[in-house]
Amino acid sequence: MIALLVEAASWTFLLLGAFLVLVGALGLVRMPDFYTRLHPAGITDSLGADFILTGLVLQAGFSLVTVKLFLIGAFLFFTSPTSTHAIANAALVAGLKPRHAVVPPRPPEKATQDEEAR
Amino acid sequence: MFAATAIALLVAMVLALVRLYAGPSLYDRVLAANSFGTKTVLLIAVMGFLTGRPDFLDIALLYALLNFIGTIAVLKFFRYRSLGDAVEEKAASRNKEASQ
Repeated sequence: MIALLVEAASWTFLLLGAFLVLVGALGLVRMPDFYTRLHPAGITDSLGADFILTGLVLQAGFSLVTVKLFLIGAFLFFTSPTSTHAIANAALVAGLKPRHAVVPPRPPEKATQDEEAR
Repeated sequence: MFAATAIALLVAMVLALVRLYAGPSLYDRVLAANSFGTKTVLLIAVMGFLTGRPDFLDIALLYALLNFIGTIAVLKFFRYRSLGDAVEEKAASRNKEASQ
């Protein structure tokens, strides 16, 4: 009974992780801008990888394999935000502009004038 | 179940390759390469379980290390145009210009 539950949980984790990795890759292709593409890459790196590794841990049981899986998970946990930050920082320093920049909020008197004009 | 995860990872890797090829800027390509590396780590781990040889995890761990170092190295190269001590080389080139 316990073995069946562990198996089912492992499958759930593996399939959820695969789904999230697919969604992240699709976002990497479909997003319009470099800075927005950072978000789907984050999905793949954090939750997708962790779900797949958790599913593998549940399959492995208690052994050296589990320790290695935890090492991979811990390493990805620390390095993927670091490299994402490094890429974003390098792009910002190099002067890459967001494609759909947010319009800065208008000063209040100008906004009210516009509203009166309407 | 491992096979389904491996196929999903392969499809995701192809999509990352599409972005790697099409990415308009350098940073899109670096981001896609980094994402591709993470997926490679996961694929190696899953393939190890699929073929019943979890020793592949050592290779996956090595790949995770290499991926991070490679991304940082590429970014450093394109920012300073050098992988060595950039400050010293800049100072050396300045001295050269000053002497000429």
